[in-house]
Amino acid sequence: MFDWKWDFAFEILPRLLGATLNTLMAAGAGYAIALVLGLVLALAQRTPVRLLTAVVREGVEFIRSTPLVLQIFFVFYVGPQFGLRLSPWTAGMIAIGLHYAAYLSEVYRGGIEAVPKGQWEACTALSLSTRDTYTRIIIPQALPPALAGMGNYLVGIFKDTPMLSVIGVAELMHTANAIGSEHYRFLEPITMVGVIFLMISLPAAALVRLFETWVRRKLGMIR
Amino acid sequence: MKDLHDLSRYPLRLEGPDRPMVSFRNVTKRYGDLVVLDGLNLDVAEGEMVSIIGPSGSGKTTVLRMLMLERIQGGVIYVDGAPLSHMERGGKLVPANSRHLRAGREQIGMCFQHFNLFPHMTALGNCMEGPVQVLGLSKQAARERAEDLLEMVGMIDKRDEHPARLSGGQQQRVAIARALAMRPKVLLLDEVTSALDPEVIGEVTEVIRKLVQKYRLTIMMVTHQMGFAADISDRVCFFYDGRIEEEGAPADLFSNPQKERTQQFLSAVKSAD
Repeated sequence: MFDWKWDFAFEILPRLLGATLNTLMAAGAGYAIALVLGLVLALAQRTPVRLLTAVVREGVEFIRSTPLVLQIFFVFYVGPQFGLRLSPWTAGMIAIGLHYAAYLSEVYRGGIEAVPKGQWEACTALSLSTRDTYTRIIIPQALPPALAGMGNYLVGIFKDTPMLSVIGVAELMHTANAIGSEHYRFLEPITMVGVIFLMISLPAAALVRLFETWVRRKLGMIR
Repeated sequence: MKDLHDLSRYPLRLEGPDRPMVSFRNVTKRYGDLVVLDGLNLDVAEGEMVSIIGPSGSGKTTVLRMLMLERIQGGVIYVDGAPLSHMERGGKLVPANSRHLRAGREQIGMCFQHFNLFPHMTALGNCMEGPVQVLGLSKQAARERAEDLLEMVGMIDKRDEHPARLSGGQQQRVAIARALAMRPKVLLLDEVTSALDPEVIGEVTEVIRKLVQKYRLTIMMVTHQMGFAADISDRVCFFYDGRIEEEGAPADLFSNPQKERTQQFLSAVKSAD
């Protein structure tokens, strides 16, 4: 019943590693979108324009309250009805980037709110512009407390990339599934996918923690 | 009372060689329904050192915050002759927009009870930030200016340290240098010694003494240190319940207070010492 075949495993390894590259690209691109868009969403909620703040707030809540896989389906299959014809890759990146942007905006928001009120007052006392206040004073201080949350979502987005397989993006899960169907053997490909995910996730989490310490030291927050 | 809110009663500018550096005219500040300052009139002359004392909740810190951080609900504030809280539009005063406020506040420096230094910058970086970003000085010019000021406050040896590695007294001295780096016409000191350990208060008051005696800077200082205020001020204002209850030269006010509230406050402070 449990007959692991090493020769089969080695035979499919190159294909899986190729797909791993796709998975990493998907996670990286999605995360890059989420990092930038998340900051935009967080800052939009701090503008004095009440309507904008409310719309963004509700939008973020909406995205966080619905499943990612639904959003992927929506962008890819419903998009064309609105004239938005996207490749699986593009649709997937938009959906996963938007989804994680919503989560990251909350992380940023928490970080920004953790900056003491006195820092804002010091900026006003120096007549710093709003832009300089954010880019030079507030965001550098909001970053260290936000880094742990940002790191969690980096690993999170990586682990969520298999959801892109539902619209046919050739990432790891999709490839493993295809191999399984071709050879009528699922044990090796699916197990190997699990091992590959583990081998990337674990070091990534450790690297994030190292990076966090490095940033804090760089900013003079710790000795 | 209605005519107090008629802005045409206030001049567009204060002219003349004797005009005050800072002038509050009928200034009212409310937080919701709570009236913190009610029709405040206060003039501070150029080079004058005014101390503001009073019990907590008397509105004394609000006087400084209105110049730097908050908007007012009535009256007009002038700095160096020009309206700060308002601006001129078509020959009339209208409430200032944020750009006017920011420009006006460039002439004012402020130091806080809790220093509020930027923790991710060195002492030098803190002092260069405003001159480079706001005044547009070159890095080199800003560095020279910052180093001169750090020298003046006795912190030049610690220029490359981050605030976390400095004591409270040292942080406050850097904060004073940071405020002065903007070359303000007016310096606001909001309880700058209240958060300090007793043994380091002296190093900060020495710096302030230098500013008064050597540089004749216009200073408004909120403080709980009656001895220091008496020693250094040209004038002391006692605030009670959102108004100036009594004001005068420190020698008069401290040794011969006229109003009952002032007497009560001063004797309470004295017995606490």
